[in-house]
Amino acid sequence: MMAAPGLLYFALFKYLPMWGVLIAFKDYLPFRGFWNSPWVGFKHFDRFFHDSVFRVLFENTLILAVYNIVFFFPVPILIALMLNEMRLEGLKRSIQTAIYIPHFVSWVVVVGMAYTFFSTEGGIFTNMLVHAGFGEVNFLMSNEWFRPMIILESIWKESGWGTIIFLAALSGVDPTLYEAARMDGASRIRQVWHITLPAIRSTIVILFILRLGSFLDTGFEQIFLMLNSTNREVGEVFDTYVYTNGVQQGQFSFSTAVGLFKSLVGLLLVAAANRLAKRFGEQGVY
Amino acid sequence: MARTSAGSRLFDTVNAGILIIVALVAIIPFLFVLSGSFTASEELLNRGVVLIPTKFSLDGYRYIFSADTILRSLGVTVFITVAGTLINLIFTTLTAYPLARKEFWGRGPVMLLILFTMLFSGGMIPTFLVVKSLGLLNSFWSLLIPNAISAFNLIVLRSFFLQLPDGLEESAKIDGCNDFQILLRIALPLSLPALATFALFYAVGHWNTFFNAILYINDNTKWPIQVWLRQIVILSQGGVGDSQNMGADYVVPPGEVIKMAVIVVSTVPILLVYPFLQKHFAKGVLLGSVKG
Repeated sequence: MMAAPGLLYFALFKYLPMWGVLIAFKDYLPFRGFWNSPWVGFKHFDRFFHDSVFRVLFENTLILAVYNIVFFFPVPILIALMLNEMRLEGLKRSIQTAIYIPHFVSWVVVVGMAYTFFSTEGGIFTNMLVHAGFGEVNFLMSNEWFRPMIILESIWKESGWGTIIFLAALSGVDPTLYEAARMDGASRIRQVWHITLPAIRSTIVILFILRLGSFLDTGFEQIFLMLNSTNREVGEVFDTYVYTNGVQQGQFSFSTAVGLFKSLVGLLLVAAANRLAKRFGEQGVY
Repeated sequence: MARTSAGSRLFDTVNAGILIIVALVAIIPFLFVLSGSFTASEELLNRGVVLIPTKFSLDGYRYIFSADTILRSLGVTVFITVAGTLINLIFTTLTAYPLARKEFWGRGPVMLLILFTMLFSGGMIPTFLVVKSLGLLNSFWSLLIPNAISAFNLIVLRSFFLQLPDGLEESAKIDGCNDFQILLRIALPLSLPALATFALFYAVGHWNTFFNAILYINDNTKWPIQVWLRQIVILSQGGVGDSQNMGADYVVPPGEVIKMAVIVVSTVPILLVYPFLQKHFAKGVLLGSVKG
C-alpha cells in the first residue's frame, strides 16, 4: 500500500478534473457548486463554434503548430547529425554543454531576454540593426514578427536539448557499417545519408508522433508571455483564450468547453498519428 | 582511423565551424545580460549594452536588493524548489516501486490509467476548480501538490525498478527486510543516477514555476521569483527597489540594468545546479529515451 499517496494524487489531480469537464455541459455557478448547476447540453460548444473567435483561435494555433513542425522539428536532428560527425571529443563535449544550457532557464527568462534584446527602447539587437542602417524594427509589438519570434525562441531554448535523444539513438550505430561504406568509397555526406539517417529513422518517427499528439499545445507559457495588446490578433491560441476567459473573467463552463474541444482534437491526433506510424511499419508509441 | 582525404577534412572543418557558431548563439545572450547587469549607468548611456564593459558597477544589484521584494521571492522559490523536489521524489518512488512489483494486484490497469493522463487531461479550468475547492488557493501547497508526480518520470523510474534482478529482493526478504527496507536499502541506491536526473528535472521545474503561481496565488508576498521577473522585465511594472532609504542624491539605475540584474539573480542559481548533475543526467536521459 506504499502506492496509496501516489494513486490518490492521480485520482485527485488527474481524474477528478477529467470528470470535472462535465461543467462544459452545465452552466457552472460557483455559489451553487458542481452538483446543483443546471445542465445545458451543448450550449457552450454551440456558442464557441459559431463565434468568430473560433476561426481566429483555430488558425493561430494551427499556423504556429505547422511552423513548429516545419522549422523547429528538424533543427535538433540536424545538430545531432553534425555533432555525431565531430571527431574532437573535447570540443564536442563543450559544444554540447553550451547548447543544453538554455533548456534550463524558464520561459519568463527567455521572453524577458527577448524583451531586453529586441525592445525599441534600447534593446541591444534593435540598436545594432539601427547602427547597421537597417532602421528600427518592432519585433515585439507587431503582427508580422510574432510567429517568427515564437519559433526562434523555441529553437534557441530547446533545440540543443532535443539533440540528446537523437545522439542516444546514434550511439548505437554499428561502426563496421561506416567502414564498409568507406571501402565502397562513400563520401562523408553519403555516409550520413545512407547509414546515420536510417539509423535514427524510428526515433524520428516516434518523436514526430509525440509532436503531433501535442500538435495543438503551442507552448502556453511562452505565448502567454509574448502576447500583448498589439499582437493578440495573431497570437491568441486556445490555451491563452481559456485562461483569459475562464480564470480572469470567470466564464468557467464556456472556457472548459473550449479546453475540452482542444484536448479531444489532441487525443484524436495522437491516435491517428500512431496508426499512421504502424502502417508505415514503425513501432508507434503504444 | 583510415587516411583522411582532403574532402573529409574540409567536411570536418565546416562542421566544427557551424557547431561552434551554434554553441555561441546559445550562450552569448547570457553573457550580454550578465555584463549588462554590471555596467555602470554612464557607460550604458554612451555605448549601450556591450559584451565587455569598461566601467563596472553593482548599482543594479544594490537597487534590486534595497527592498525585500526580490529577496523574499527568492526565498519563496528556494523553499518551493527544495520542498517540491522532495515531495516529487518521495511520491514518485513510492508509486513507481510497488507498480514494478509482481505482487501488486492490478498493476496493468493502473499503469494504463496513468499512461492515459499523459494523453488527455481535464484542462486548466477543471484543475483550477479542484485546487480551489480543496482550499489550496493562495497557499504554497497549490505549487507543490498539483504537480507531485510526473507521469513520464514515474514510467521511466518504474522500468528502472523492473530491471533490478528478482533475486536481490528475495534474498533481502530472507534476511528479514520488509518492503520499505528493500526499497530504501536496495532499490534506491541502485537507481541513484535515475533519481539524480529526476531531482534535477523536478528542481528546474519548481525553480521555473511561473504559470501555476499566476493561476493559484494572488498574494504578491507569496510570488516566486519568476512572477516578479515578468512584472519587472516584460511588463515593466512594479518598482522593486526602495530608493527612499538611499541618500538624497541617489539616482535609480537605468531600467535596462535593473532588468538584467533581476534576470541574473533568477537564473544563476538554477544554472549552478546543472554542472553537478550533468554526468548523471546523460545516463538518466538515455534511459528515458530508450524506454520512450
